[in-house]
Amino acid sequence: MSNLPRIVITGVGLTAPNGNSLGEFRQALLNGKSGVTPYEIRYFGKTLAGQCNFEATRYQSRKDIRRGTRAGSIGIYCAHEALKDAGIDIRDVDRSRVGVFVGTTEHGNVETETEIHNVKQYNYDLSFWTHHHNPRTVANNPAGEVTLALSTTGPAYCIGAACAAGNLGLIHSAQMLMLGEVDLALGGGVSESIHTFGIFAGFKAQTALATHDDPTKASRPFDAARNGIVISEGGCLYTLERLDDALKRKARIYGEIAGWCVNSDASDYVLPNSVRQAECMRGALKRAGMEPGDIHIVNTHATSTMQGDEMEAAAVNQVFGDFPGVHVNNTKSFIGHAMGAAGALELAGNLPSFDDRIVHPTINVESLDPKCAMRGLVINQSRKAERVDAIMNMSFGMLGINSALIVRRFSGAGG
Amino acid sequence: MNDAEIKQAIIDIISDIAPDEDTSNLKPDVRLREQMDLDSMDFLDIVMELRKRYGVNVPDTDYMQLATLDSCVNYLRGKLVSKTAKV
Repeated sequence: MSNLPRIVITGVGLTAPNGNSLGEFRQALLNGKSGVTPYEIRYFGKTLAGQCNFEATRYQSRKDIRRGTRAGSIGIYCAHEALKDAGIDIRDVDRSRVGVFVGTTEHGNVETETEIHNVKQYNYDLSFWTHHHNPRTVANNPAGEVTLALSTTGPAYCIGAACAAGNLGLIHSAQMLMLGEVDLALGGGVSESIHTFGIFAGFKAQTALATHDDPTKASRPFDAARNGIVISEGGCLYTLERLDDALKRKARIYGEIAGWCVNSDASDYVLPNSVRQAECMRGALKRAGMEPGDIHIVNTHATSTMQGDEMEAAAVNQVFGDFPGVHVNNTKSFIGHAMGAAGALELAGNLPSFDDRIVHPTINVESLDPKCAMRGLVINQSRKAERVDAIMNMSFGMLGINSALIVRRFSGAGG
Repeated sequence: MNDAEIKQAIIDIISDIAPDEDTSNLKPDVRLREQMDLDSMDFLDIVMELRKRYGVNVPDTDYMQLATLDSCVNYLRGKLVSKTAKV
């Protein structure tokens, strides 16, 4: 492994329900500002969601917005913002060497539901079914829309990995850079899931959809009164480069991809498995050549479900419980569950900690569930850490996919 | 619908499909695709909107009849049912 090139993050582009740039998002996390609001969707009715208000027309014509998908718009916004943040003018790079790797939990449900709703108005006459359906619903749609917007001609596709997808977008980007398949990667994840009523109805049927009189308190991982997930849209794409390339162009380096692990529970369609989660965390540490005590922030996946949070807390305690310098937090308590974007967004919210050493909290913990108690859990108020040299970002998904990604502070070319 | 109303109906559809385009000065005898950034998918949108809004089915063998505003009016004369637009 030591012969493989080192991979660094040099740009961040994001839209979250509580911020449309890393600066806004980070400030919201430090200020305890939720992005969850009342929401209504056809057939399902009133519920809660994390909605984004980024300015899509900044990078797309109104016609392109109409022709493409919400996930595509989110991806295009994030890709442009990430490049801008990295100081990269796409016209100056060899666009055949740019890869776009976008994690998605699901894609196509929004458009299919919309078309069925449309043809229902015409007594299910399929001559009213749109010719846009297939290009909007193919599984590579958001990544493909990014290539159309940027005129990049390298490999571009989506990675379907349920709610672990955001991490997978980053991990795959690193792998493609290591292999020399691309010279610049735009990787992360997107989610348009709040525009499909099916996902709300599905979680409700599972008794896993959050309800609360105060929308900002609905997503409450680790709290004894948590009652389910708040679904959100959003996106986060990073520019990733080989360290040598980043140094050559004197890029600002947010952090270095230190290690990762992706594994499978092989135990249930929806129920998590803390043994496999712990194995995943240890696998990432091993790959990074680190000990648990080398990690200073563990960003949990916890989605505010009874069983999921408990399982993850057990895994975190198993791996990190003996190490006093480890802080544990959660981002979904602010923004809900941004599905395919979750892993990528949640990492982004923690990256500034390398500079300011402030660990944002998990909010809405009024009464900590004893089964979710974890050493180092940062509750409701930010905490200043003694040091923040490495972050482990966890994302798990249905069908038992687990991912753990470690990003470390960049400490020089020799480090 | 008279010819002016048919022409306006087409322009309204184009304005919805291509909202970034200026449709105020379209030349009636010049191909629409030469005056605007319209591609084959947009063209299919026009056909779909004619079906939705006016109940007109344009078979693919007749698509060429919709090349200019004038040819649209000629082709659609007598075919458009004036009814509340259904968007």
